[in-house]
Amino acid sequence: MIPELGHFALILALLLSIAQCFFSLNGAARGNAAWMAAGRSAVVGQFVFVALAFGALTWAFVDRDFSVLYVATNSNSQLPLFYRVAAVWGAHEGSLLLWSLCLAGWTLAVAAFSKSLEAPFQSRVLGILGLISIGFQLFMLMTSNPFERLVPRASEGLDLNPLLQDFALAVHPPILYLGYVGFAVAFAFACATLLEGRLDAAWARWTRPWTLAAWLFLTIGIALGSWWAYYELGWGGWWFWDPVENASFMPWLAGTALIHSLAVTEKRGLFKSWTLLLAVSAFSLSLLGTFLVRSGVLISVHAFATDPARGVFILAFLTAVIGGALLLFAWRAPRLKSAAGFEPTSRESFLLFNNAFLVAALGLILLGTLYPLFMDALELGKISVGPPYFELVFLVPMLPLLALLGVGMNAAWKRGFLGSVRNRLYLAGALAVIGSLLVGGAAYGEIRPMTTLGFALALWVMISSLSIPLARLRARQPIPGAVLGMVIAHFGVGLATLGITGVQSFKIEKDVALAVGDGADVAGYDFRLAALRDLRGPNFIAVEADVVVSRDGRPVTTLHPQKRLYDSGGNPMTEAGIEVGAARDLFAALGDDLGQGRWSLRLQYKPLIRYVWLGALLIALGGGIAALDRRYRERATVRAGAASASVAPGSR
Amino acid sequence: MRLIAITVLLMLGASAVAIDTGQRFEDPAQQARYERLIRDLRCLVCQNESVADSNAMLANDLRREVRELIVAGRSDAEIRVFMTERYGDFVLYRPPVKPRTWLLWSAPVLFLLGGLGVVAVVVLRRARAARANPATLDEEPDRQ
Amino acid sequence: MKLPWKFLLPAFAFAILVGFFIVGLRQDPGAIPSPLLGKPAPEFSLESLGDPSWKVGSADFAGRPWLLNVWATWCVGCREEHEALLAIARENRLPIMGLNWRDDRALALRWLAQLGNPYVSVAYDPEGRTAIDWGVYGAPETFLIGADGAVLRKHIGPLTAEIWERDFLPLLPPAAEEG
Repeated sequence: MIPELGHFALILALLLSIAQCFFSLNGAARGNAAWMAAGRSAVVGQFVFVALAFGALTWAFVDRDFSVLYVATNSNSQLPLFYRVAAVWGAHEGSLLLWSLCLAGWTLAVAAFSKSLEAPFQSRVLGILGLISIGFQLFMLMTSNPFERLVPRASEGLDLNPLLQDFALAVHPPILYLGYVGFAVAFAFACATLLEGRLDAAWARWTRPWTLAAWLFLTIGIALGSWWAYYELGWGGWWFWDPVENASFMPWLAGTALIHSLAVTEKRGLFKSWTLLLAVSAFSLSLLGTFLVRSGVLISVHAFATDPARGVFILAFLTAVIGGALLLFAWRAPRLKSAAGFEPTSRESFLLFNNAFLVAALGLILLGTLYPLFMDALELGKISVGPPYFELVFLVPMLPLLALLGVGMNAAWKRGFLGSVRNRLYLAGALAVIGSLLVGGAAYGEIRPMTTLGFALALWVMISSLSIPLARLRARQPIPGAVLGMVIAHFGVGLATLGITGVQSFKIEKDVALAVGDGADVAGYDFRLAALRDLRGPNFIAVEADVVVSRDGRPVTTLHPQKRLYDSGGNPMTEAGIEVGAARDLFAALGDDLGQGRWSLRLQYKPLIRYVWLGALLIALGGGIAALDRRYRERATVRAGAASASVAPGSR
Repeated sequence: MRLIAITVLLMLGASAVAIDTGQRFEDPAQQARYERLIRDLRCLVCQNESVADSNAMLANDLRREVRELIVAGRSDAEIRVFMTERYGDFVLYRPPVKPRTWLLWSAPVLFLLGGLGVVAVVVLRRARAARANPATLDEEPDRQ
Repeated sequence: MKLPWKFLLPAFAFAILVGFFIVGLRQDPGAIPSPLLGKPAPEFSLESLGDPSWKVGSADFAGRPWLLNVWATWCVGCREEHEALLAIARENRLPIMGLNWRDDRALALRWLAQLGNPYVSVAYDPEGRTAIDWGVYGAPETFLIGADGAVLRKHIGPLTAEIWERDFLPLLPPAAEEG
């Protein structure tokens, strides 16, 4: 009964999305306040019914209702409650429902928190968001219904993929989707701006906090995925340049460029076309990612069970939405001009360079990810493009970006007068180089060119970021939220660079075969296999090892790697034993029983790896602080009447 | 249904650790070559993993081949040719440099120069505007 | 309304991308073509599955077309295609040689005894070296080798009567008259 109600709720949600789209867009076009109000009500209704559908599916999982095909395929009676709930988004159909819920949620937030927008503009934004909702809900109802029944009812489910039975991976999709889907808001703002033919730059200020919010969720989502891969997959890797990872990284790069471009548009009314194009691109890349993951055109460890029919639908939807937006852009953008000037060493200039590097990086990853598909389509043969390519190529735009970052943050708007800032920067640069040589030489005993460069750039970014609030404090100036956010975020970038350089340069991996009592040395740490035992979990059996780690005779920690076999069958899963440290991680993963009491183990020493994710968290934190800056909340005092004067005539 | 099961099974296969307890090379340079080579080779049965990371039987066999080829004194290039003769270019994670991958390998420089070129044009135009008419430096966007 | 061309560039680039995706949806990104096609079949000489003192090799059928079928008892698809292989063997158009890949000799022999043996001879490749030389990456795989010793076709996955008729038969010389 409940699944049918859920299905019905989804249908109602679709109808309300249609109403939302129709009344909002038409209401804005005709200036009909009643229709625009109806559109806003539809937003609330749509959210309610999507939430109900989501609730119904969750209930089916919690209740172990194996008469629902999706539940039977992704759950099991032994599955603990937390994972029964997480299983809702564990595969294709349910994850689409999550997408739709996130979109409905963001739409509701826009309707609720942007009262200061002029009604027609807000309506257009809601209308466009409605259009996207229609697409996803139609997709579900036509090709991927999560409520489809399994007749006869299954007596037992197939179980949730054991890889997903983990806390980080349970929360990774919701947070990631909040990010992906959140870019739809910026997209809708951009399209509404283009539709209205607005010539001013007010929309930049409105869009910025929404973009920052979506972007920070995406940052956390990607960081969670990376962290999960590190401790769960057993190899100690944290980024594989897998097509689906790239599919999440590309919107992030576009989003980062967008945030910076919005800053210039908001402040000086410049780069309007670029900013609009970036806003369209960020969400387009999210949609593209959805297509790549679910259509089967690329091979990936993350790919959902694929079906070309679904691929066709998504492609059609993608073409309509992105194609429509880009044609709208081609039509309206040429009108946007500004006469403002700036000097070559002004902040505007640096931000432009910054975006050039980000977009170049984005383009390279896109090309590398799609190149095999291009070649195959042109019948030029099959090739693979993997980490060796991406790792090399990504550095090309990133190194100059990091170098200029330190200067750009400190540059003044409009004029290139660096003045006293120059000395600060020289000092920061000197400290960075010295620090880099110290870290490489003293801490790790090696001075290598790329490593030194990496550390130097990392320290450069970190020190030049911190110099800003320090200078302000010394001059007894306040530090507004936007500045604090920027400083923290950029410091996070430097910190992440520090971590990446450290772990890539100095990590040590050793595969060994040990019997109980044997040990091996990794980077001066002695890893000794002390014991092995069998144990039983809620839905698995496992072998657990005690690996005692010591250094110079003194005990450091004991690691407990496990090898699990889930009751539902399948290949064994590895749970690594990890000791987290400020300067390094120690890592042990259990392999196979080699016979005669010996087991294979992978032991790793991972210096500075924690800073990769800590840096990412700081980036997200910085974004959050910036988004909450008072100037975005003071919009409530703006009069709607004064606003309409800046809209060019003939835009209706 | 089977498609889902296969995908799940393949994903599970991807999860178990590929631990290579074959003999480590005495010579660290050879060990480094070995590690780099197996990371550059793609495991064909897996969903996007390198021969270094994969637990599949084929990956095990290919690691053994690489090891034996290094011991036999073959160079890195020769080992790569050995693999592509049998499996095609698909087996290389670092795409070969051929006319058909020219765009791929020149992209970093092309994109960077292209981007910088566009930026340079814009910056120069704005700087000229600023110099010609200093008032434009103080232009503010329409405030609300 | 005039559309300045540079603003149309993004839409144009996107259209090209969509074109590639449309083609891409019809391709199978995981199907890897064999670089051996048109080249001489890789040479090998292995122990026969049934009798270790007997050697089976690529030169056994020199001068006429033959089929190499890579199989193993742990391979689900091999069981699926077994009937089709037996049918092809009964047609007697060309000899089929089996390559038993990474398998247990006893299990393999029992398998053939229980399910029927379509092979004229079976080469035993427990370490998989010959399979690697042939670019095998997943059983079952079937190769058609021409009379001149060149690899004419490779099929990955279970063989069916349909695939045999559509892809392999046209490459064979016409059948000799029934005498």
